[in-house]
This record gives sequence, structure tokens and C-alpha cells, in this order.
Amino acid sequence: MEFHVNHPIIFVIVALLVAVVLGQSVYFLIKALKRSKELGMDQKKIRKTIKTAAIFTIAPAVAIVISVITLSKKLGLPLPWLRLSVVGSMSYETVAASNALQAMGQALGSGGDLTAQQYLNVVLVMTISIMMGIWLVPVIGKKLQNGMSSLGKRDAKWADIFSNGLFIGMISAFLGFVFCDVSRLWDAESRFITETVIENGKEVKVQVPVSATSGLIPVFVLLVSAVVMVICGLLMRKPKLKWLSEYALPISLVLGMAAAVPITAWLG
Amino acid sequence: MKKNLSYIDSVHRDGRIWNIGVMILLLAFPCTIAILFSVSPDWGALGMGLIATAPMYWAVGAIETVTFVPMLGAGGSYLSFVTGNISNLKLPCALNALEQNEVSANSEEGEVISTIAIATSSIVTTLIIIVGVICIVPLTPILAAPVLRPAFEQILPALFGGLGVAFVSKNWKLALAPIGLMLVLFIFVPALNAGTVGIMVPVSALFTIGIGRILYKRGVL
Repeated sequence: MEFHVNHPIIFVIVALLVAVVLGQSVYFLIKALKRSKELGMDQKKIRKTIKTAAIFTIAPAVAIVISVITLSKKLGLPLPWLRLSVVGSMSYETVAASNALQAMGQALGSGGDLTAQQYLNVVLVMTISIMMGIWLVPVIGKKLQNGMSSLGKRDAKWADIFSNGLFIGMISAFLGFVFCDVSRLWDAESRFITETVIENGKEVKVQVPVSATSGLIPVFVLLVSAVVMVICGLLMRKPKLKWLSEYALPISLVLGMAAAVPITAWLG
Repeated sequence: MKKNLSYIDSVHRDGRIWNIGVMILLLAFPCTIAILFSVSPDWGALGMGLIATAPMYWAVGAIETVTFVPMLGAGGSYLSFVTGNISNLKLPCALNALEQNEVSANSEEGEVISTIAIATSSIVTTLIIIVGVICIVPLTPILAAPVLRPAFEQILPALFGGLGVAFVSKNWKLALAPIGLMLVLFIFVPALNAGTVGIMVPVSALFTIGIGRILYKRGVL
């Protein structure tokens, strides 16, 4: 068979794999729904949970589609489709694909079609390098979960503080990350970003200057999203507007993203 | 109580079967490509590519497993580590659902709620990607429009602003110290950026739990 990155047979294989992963999600959804009925949980609340999760997912999922489009220029459509439906993320797949290609003197952004061998190498590097979590959860997941539940049996209040500590810890790290380029305001040396461009088929890293205030863009976006959330929280207290609670997070996400357009034009 | 145990146990049993199954299928994909197009890998380049990529992501994967599994719950963990996009999608989705339903992450209700949220999010993501793949030709000029670029570049700040308010307002005593520490570290340590935020999540989580222990012992929480 003659190879092409968009060969129909690759589409068929990828579609099958994606269907299996979709099957796993549906299986766990049904299992949890059944359990919620056995536990006598309020099914109205469960439907709300599903609705909120679905609405909230739309914007990040569209961002993932954009990653698929970006990567498909070199790798064809089926491989990024598979990679970003299973485990992957844009930053990981880009790094993995360029490392695999670089080892063969190729570049992700360059023109020219991949040979079957080059494609195979890219697939192998992408697949093997991200394999950790998928088998480690079956190996240690139960132990970790049992640890948490025995903690809960010994001291329920401390177990709640412990899990809140994990959540708050994660959120704090991402809040910190939002401020990571603020130092551009006073540190002239940090006012550039490294971009990879293609020159004569090779990847070259160039430093592109950015404005001193560009580090404030994510901070302002964060503030807009936070303010929207506060407003939603205040409005939700009115009985008539209680329905807002389902949409508060998606609304703050989308308005934050929308605000990024004028904020970037202003500070970028 | 017995039934309670058996649900979690069955989640672990099913999750193990699914995850190992999906892993085998994922590894079968390159094998199928090799057989169909009768090629073998360029072994030297494969070794180089793997050395450049695998050790770092294996380390990150191991750290993520230990950090995220207690937050995601059992069912949520098996699903999230197959479908990916954990910190930018699955975990915020689960946190929001727990908060909205006012259930503890450690209760069985919490386990059920986070599984439902993560499963729904995975299904919607997979479906939207399928629509994107089918409609790639008409969608590309819209989604790749330069005017929209900043919106998708700033998805994380837009996400954590809202999530931060929802969570920090309910746990502000616990949140003050870790937020302060992370702000100082990220602003003043140049090595901390988008590439290293994943490593800072467990650091920050351990610090917050330590602070939580002190506050709890003193009766502040």
C-alpha cells in the first residue's frame, strides 16, 4: 500500500480507537449514574451536573480542535485526532513530534511529505513517551484511593482539609503561573519569546521582542474572569437567578477569553 | 457498607481492564501502521527521539498520577489518564461539579459526581473533536482567524480566574499562604513558566496540606 499521512485506512483505524475511548467514557458515565440512583442522590442535581460539565467543556474542546488543525499540517489529520482524543495535549504532542522528526533531520513546521518510516517513528515517540499515567493508575490508583478513604475514616474533617489542600494547591500553582511574565515590566532582558521558525527546512529558534506590559495580559484576563464569577455569585443569591449556578464557570471562562482579544490589543 | 465497598472495588476492576486494554490498542496502532505499509522504524532516530522525550514526560506522568488521583476520584482517574487534558479541563470540571453539588471529594457521592462530570466532559470533548475533524475545511479559516488567537491563548487564566474565586472564597484561610508563595515564586524565579507549572502543582499541594495541618491543629480551620 502506498503511504500517505491522510490515507483512508489510517482514518479508519483512528476512528476505531477513538470509538473505544468514547465507549469507556460512556461505560463509566452509565455506571456512575446507576450508582447515583442506588445512593438515592437527587437526579435533578445529577442532570444539572451533566449540563454544566458539557457546557463548560465546549470552549476548551474548541481549543483542542485548533491544536488538531495546527498539527495536521505536517502530520495529517488522523494522527493529531487520535493523539488529542487520547491522553495528549497540544504542548506535549508538539514537543514529542518535533523531537521524533529532529532525530531524522526533519522539522514539524517544514514542508514536504512524511515517509511511512518517518510517520511510524513520530507515532512511536508520541505513544511511548506519554504512556506513564495510563498504566500507573491501574497499578497504584487503588492504593492511593484507599489511603484517602482510610484517612477519611480516621478523621473525616482532616481528610476534607487534606483534599481541599490538594485543590487549593493546584489552583495556587496555576494562579502563580498567570503572573509568571509580570517581571517583563521591570526586567528588560525577559522581554522576548522564543519562537521556532523554519529556515531551509531546519528548525531555527529566534527571539521575538514583546512589550513590557505583555506579561499583564494573562493577569487582566484572570481578573475579568474572577470579577465575572463574583458577579455571578452575587446574582445567584436571588432566588429567581439561582439557575446561574449551572453556568457561572462557563460564563466566566468565555467572557475571560473574549476579554483577552481587546486586552491583548491594548497591552501586547 | 459492604455495597459501598463493592462499588469502588468494581470501579477499580473495570478501570484496570479498560486502561490496560486501551494501552494495548494504542501500542497496536504503530504496529498496524508498520505491517500495513511494510515499514520498520528508523531505530537509531527512534532511540534519539525517545531519549529526548520519554524520561521527562514519564517523570511528569508519575508525579501527575500521584497528585491528581486523590483529586479526581477512582472513576475519574481511570478516565482522565486515558483521555488527557487533566489540569486544563477534567480536573476543573470535576472541582466545579463537587463545589456545585456541595459534596465532599472523599464521600461516595463525591466519587459519583466527579466521575459523571469527567465522563461527560470526555464525551463532549471527543464529539467536538470529531465534528472538528469532519468540518476541518470550513472551520479552519474561522478557528485559525488571527483575531481569535488571543482568546485561545488565554484559556488558562480565563479558566482559573473563575475557578479560583469559587474555590478560594470558600477556603480563604487555607488559600492565603499558598497563593502568596506561588505568586512570589512565579514572579521572581525566571525558570518558572508554562513549562514548569506542572512540577509546581505537587510542590504547592504539599505546602498547602502542611499549612492545613498547622491551621487544623491550632483550631483555625
